[in-house]
Amino acid sequence: MSEFLLLLVSTVLVNNFVLVKFLGLCPVMGVSKKLETAIGMSMATTFVLTLASLCSYLVDYYILQPLDLLYLRTLAFILVIAVVVQFTEMVVHKTSPVLYRLLGIFLPLITTNCAVLGVAILNVNARHDFFSSVVYGFGAAVGFSLVLILFAAMRERLAAADVPVSFKGAAIGMITAGLMSLAFMGFTGLVKV
Amino acid sequence: MPTLFQHIQAGKVWDFHGGIHPPSRKERTNQKPVALLDIPDRLYIPLRQHIGVAGKVLVKVGDRVLKGQALTQADNAMAVPVHAPTSGIVQAIELHTSAHPSSLAEPALVLAPDGMDEWRPRKPLDPEQVDAYTLLERIQESGISGMGGAGFPTHIKVNVKQPVDYLIINAVECEPYITADDLLMQERASDIIAGIEILVKLLSPKAVLIGIEDDKPIAAALLKAAIGQRTNYFVREVPTKYPSGGEKQLIQLLTNKEVPAGRRPLDIGIVMQNVGTAFAIAQAVLDDIPLIHRVVTVAGETLAQQQNVLALIGTPISDLLNACGFQPEPQQRIIVGGPMMGFAIADWSVPVVKTTNCILAPTENELGAASEEMDCIRCGACADACPASLLPQQLLWYSKAKDQDKLAEYNLSDCIECGACAYVCPSEIPLVHYYRVAKAEIRETQREALKAEQAKARFDARTERLEREKQERLERNQQLAAQRVAQQQASGVAAQSAAAVQQALERTQQQTAPALDKEQIIAERERKKAEALAYQQQKQQAQTAEPASVQTSEQTEDPRKAAIAAALARAKAKKQAEAQSEVAAESAPAETAASDADAKKAAVAAAIARAKAKKLPEAQSEVATEPAPAETAASDADAKKAAVAAAIARAKAKKLAEAQSEEATEPAPAETAASDADAKKAAVAAAIARAKAKKLAEQPQAETAPATEVAEPVAVPTESTPEQDAKKAAIAAAIARAKAKKQQNSEPL
Amino acid sequence: MSIITALWALGILALIFGAVLGYAAIRFKVDADPLVEQIDEILPQTQCGQCGYPGCRPYAEAIANGDDINKCPPGGDATIKKLADLMGVEAKPLDAAQTPAVKRVAFIREDECIGCTKCIQACPVDAIVGASKQMHTVIVDECTGCDLCVEPCPVDCIDMVPLASSIERWKWDLNAIPVKVLES
Repeated sequence: MSEFLLLLVSTVLVNNFVLVKFLGLCPVMGVSKKLETAIGMSMATTFVLTLASLCSYLVDYYILQPLDLLYLRTLAFILVIAVVVQFTEMVVHKTSPVLYRLLGIFLPLITTNCAVLGVAILNVNARHDFFSSVVYGFGAAVGFSLVLILFAAMRERLAAADVPVSFKGAAIGMITAGLMSLAFMGFTGLVKV
Repeated sequence: MPTLFQHIQAGKVWDFHGGIHPPSRKERTNQKPVALLDIPDRLYIPLRQHIGVAGKVLVKVGDRVLKGQALTQADNAMAVPVHAPTSGIVQAIELHTSAHPSSLAEPALVLAPDGMDEWRPRKPLDPEQVDAYTLLERIQESGISGMGGAGFPTHIKVNVKQPVDYLIINAVECEPYITADDLLMQERASDIIAGIEILVKLLSPKAVLIGIEDDKPIAAALLKAAIGQRTNYFVREVPTKYPSGGEKQLIQLLTNKEVPAGRRPLDIGIVMQNVGTAFAIAQAVLDDIPLIHRVVTVAGETLAQQQNVLALIGTPISDLLNACGFQPEPQQRIIVGGPMMGFAIADWSVPVVKTTNCILAPTENELGAASEEMDCIRCGACADACPASLLPQQLLWYSKAKDQDKLAEYNLSDCIECGACAYVCPSEIPLVHYYRVAKAEIRETQREALKAEQAKARFDARTERLEREKQERLERNQQLAAQRVAQQQASGVAAQSAAAVQQALERTQQQTAPALDKEQIIAERERKKAEALAYQQQKQQAQTAEPASVQTSEQTEDPRKAAIAAALARAKAKKQAEAQSEVAAESAPAETAASDADAKKAAVAAAIARAKAKKLPEAQSEVATEPAPAETAASDADAKKAAVAAAIARAKAKKLAEAQSEEATEPAPAETAASDADAKKAAVAAAIARAKAKKLAEQPQAETAPATEVAEPVAVPTESTPEQDAKKAAIAAAIARAKAKKQQNSEPL
Repeated sequence: MSIITALWALGILALIFGAVLGYAAIRFKVDADPLVEQIDEILPQTQCGQCGYPGCRPYAEAIANGDDINKCPPGGDATIKKLADLMGVEAKPLDAAQTPAVKRVAFIREDECIGCTKCIQACPVDAIVGASKQMHTVIVDECTGCDLCVEPCPVDCIDMVPLASSIERWKWDLNAIPVKVLES
């Protein structure tokens, strides 16, 4: 039990996927202009990540490994992720058309979010069992959401602040992300994973 | 656990968040009694001095009014009347600079006092004997609105349908310099208590709480003495802090209740009135003295005597200052109100109004002018000082970014504009100014959203109406067609008429079939233009030989054809906008059209002349031809034609002024008038001249008699704009073409 | 041999996923969404046609189909910003050069009106009162300042005048207050 807790803390804070592993930066930069959009995106990504890591584990364990098709991992995982994202897109479109429109192209782009594929591949590399895979995926999603929401809140304030002209827009966003990344590196060594 | 009421009875006083302690500087004015001033030379009484609308004006210029006489009448609930502060003559009712930060002009009544100070008959009331309605009526008719600064109509505020727990009398006067309420309490404490009694009769609260700051010990003692043995009247002294006198802050101090955002104190069972308003109510009910004067603090080191004065409403501020020994500095600022919430005025003739409690005339050292605004250092001192527990720093950022959603989220509407945040800001940022601008913009956005909704509704209604009309027309046509068919069948001529209809259809199709392409149209136009030009040249030669022949050339033409042709020309011109410059061609057709005697022709002529006149800025030499339309139009006997001709003359004169050839054309109306001996025609000409004079010039010399000279100098600013010239040119061109065609048709005659 | 297995495995996987997605597509079918309504709410409803469409509703529909959001001068930058937020696109500056800073309303000079009703027919919100051969006049509160009535008038008697400033509408522009500097 404590092992899962440590895994969670590790993926959320210590080895945060966005600020320490630097995966999934594209949606973080692209969707963080408004807080409501960011919250919606983080919920969608959580759903995708958890489900995708679960399905990837199943596909890997029950199909790829027995049939000795390990070289098909990337292909199979992308297939799984694409299906999950498509499913999520349909659900979002039905339940919240506003969010669907606000997310725009970034919703199907979760497919190409390297964090999602990264979770799937890191899972198999670390030889996690089923439950660990799910926790790992969920923790990655929570870490992603944490950063996305923090970053969106800061960008909203930056939009109104007195930023020098040459820094306005993405530039000051990048600098902020870098500073946040430095802050998160303070967690290094907290959990040995 | 004691209830709130028990706490209050025990004398408990709470606190509110934030606040500041600026130096109070009240000792200069609170030691002297209230001074009475001489009646000023002029009183400027704004017709609206409260939140609401002005009443209906009852007097007119030249009337003599008595002291206390109502000058306006309240014709609806939100109107509060104004009264004459002294007897005198109404000199004018005109726009005068208002006592408002914008210095915009508002209607005011200028009264010239006659020095006799004669009262109108007064009818005191006994509050014990009359009912609440009468009291409210008396309060409204006496022109009483809130005297604490906002000016909300008192009769509305105290006309409550809900139960009231506490009546709070605001005697706090927390702003530095101001001691008007202090002196009022020192001199008239018993009247104030009488006024409070009247309010108690109207509101029936559980208790009366009089909030007063602890820097006014004399006033507090006098109030307590005046209260005497009355139960449930409590004088509560609060620590001196700015802005304890704010409505929401005082409520929190005395009752620990907070007014929810966007709601009023009445919703939590509290009514607050300023102590000056209570005094005014007492005077109005018990002595029938309407609100015609008030105590005003006049302070500032440029004054020889800083003191409180009893000023008549409408006294210019310059009079108050001079009465106190004003010695202005260079770039002297005069502030109406206190140093925190007051505003500077640019025009020193601004009058004292019902909400003016203080005039400041500071030296530069005393109250320095605002220095350069620096950047926000995000220190957060403003949030510590805000009495409404807002975040001024965030409000500043969002005001600068014009983010109205965020401003609403951070409760900008709860800001009371007290200025505490700006007072503590180390970067000297004028925070309250930013909030005021943002609030004004939010109000404007809401207004526009409302207008957009209304416009949309009207647009939808109009679309619906047009649809409906189209449907009705279609139905009617179908009905008529059916009827016709039935009739024809009945009379057995169906076959014949069908054939006839068929032929007619074919004919019209042939006529409209050639949908000319662009080159053809242009070629056609060029041809017609050339014809018109040639004809015009002919005409000019003929005209120089026989000027008179112009008038008779078209007498015999068919009136209807002219009208139709002109209408067609207009329509064509509208459809094809081209910039042309064949003015020479147009002048002749205009003349000839104008010479027709028929009513319709006159209208046509008028239209043509107008179009010509519109086109005139591009012309160089058609001055001589202009008189003709005016002449000929005027020669008709119809009144309508006179108006039309007047329109022509006006339009012409306008355009001619622009073309720098006014003088030559002005004689035209004169000639017009002079050429007819008929009385009616002369009157018509006079009407033209009158209309012209009215429209064009400010000279009141409009001829009314059958004059022969209508030579008034006219310098008219034209209203044509460059983009309309092209259009007018096209109109003129098309009309020229039509005229040319007509000329060709009529030449053989 | 393993290639065949691979193809089979992936094929079956794809079929299963396809079935799942197919089911989801039917289960989560979405009807037409009220995007056009929301866009129309944001537009200022002057029905002036300056965007190139005959009214605000057609322009709303065009925006929903992907047209530019910067074509509405009466809406100004505020409207563009709101549309950008709603549509999730970049807020571009106004297309047209002129945006009247002061709101203007039409005014008919009644001395010159000949009662032709052309302006009444042109007004998209029926803000002109009048009838054939009767006086025409503009209802100021309803006029949206769209300029459509100025052209049809044959006697050119309609002016666009700016709304007078009043105390209620004052925007706290301190620099606009005229001040006389007295020489000492």
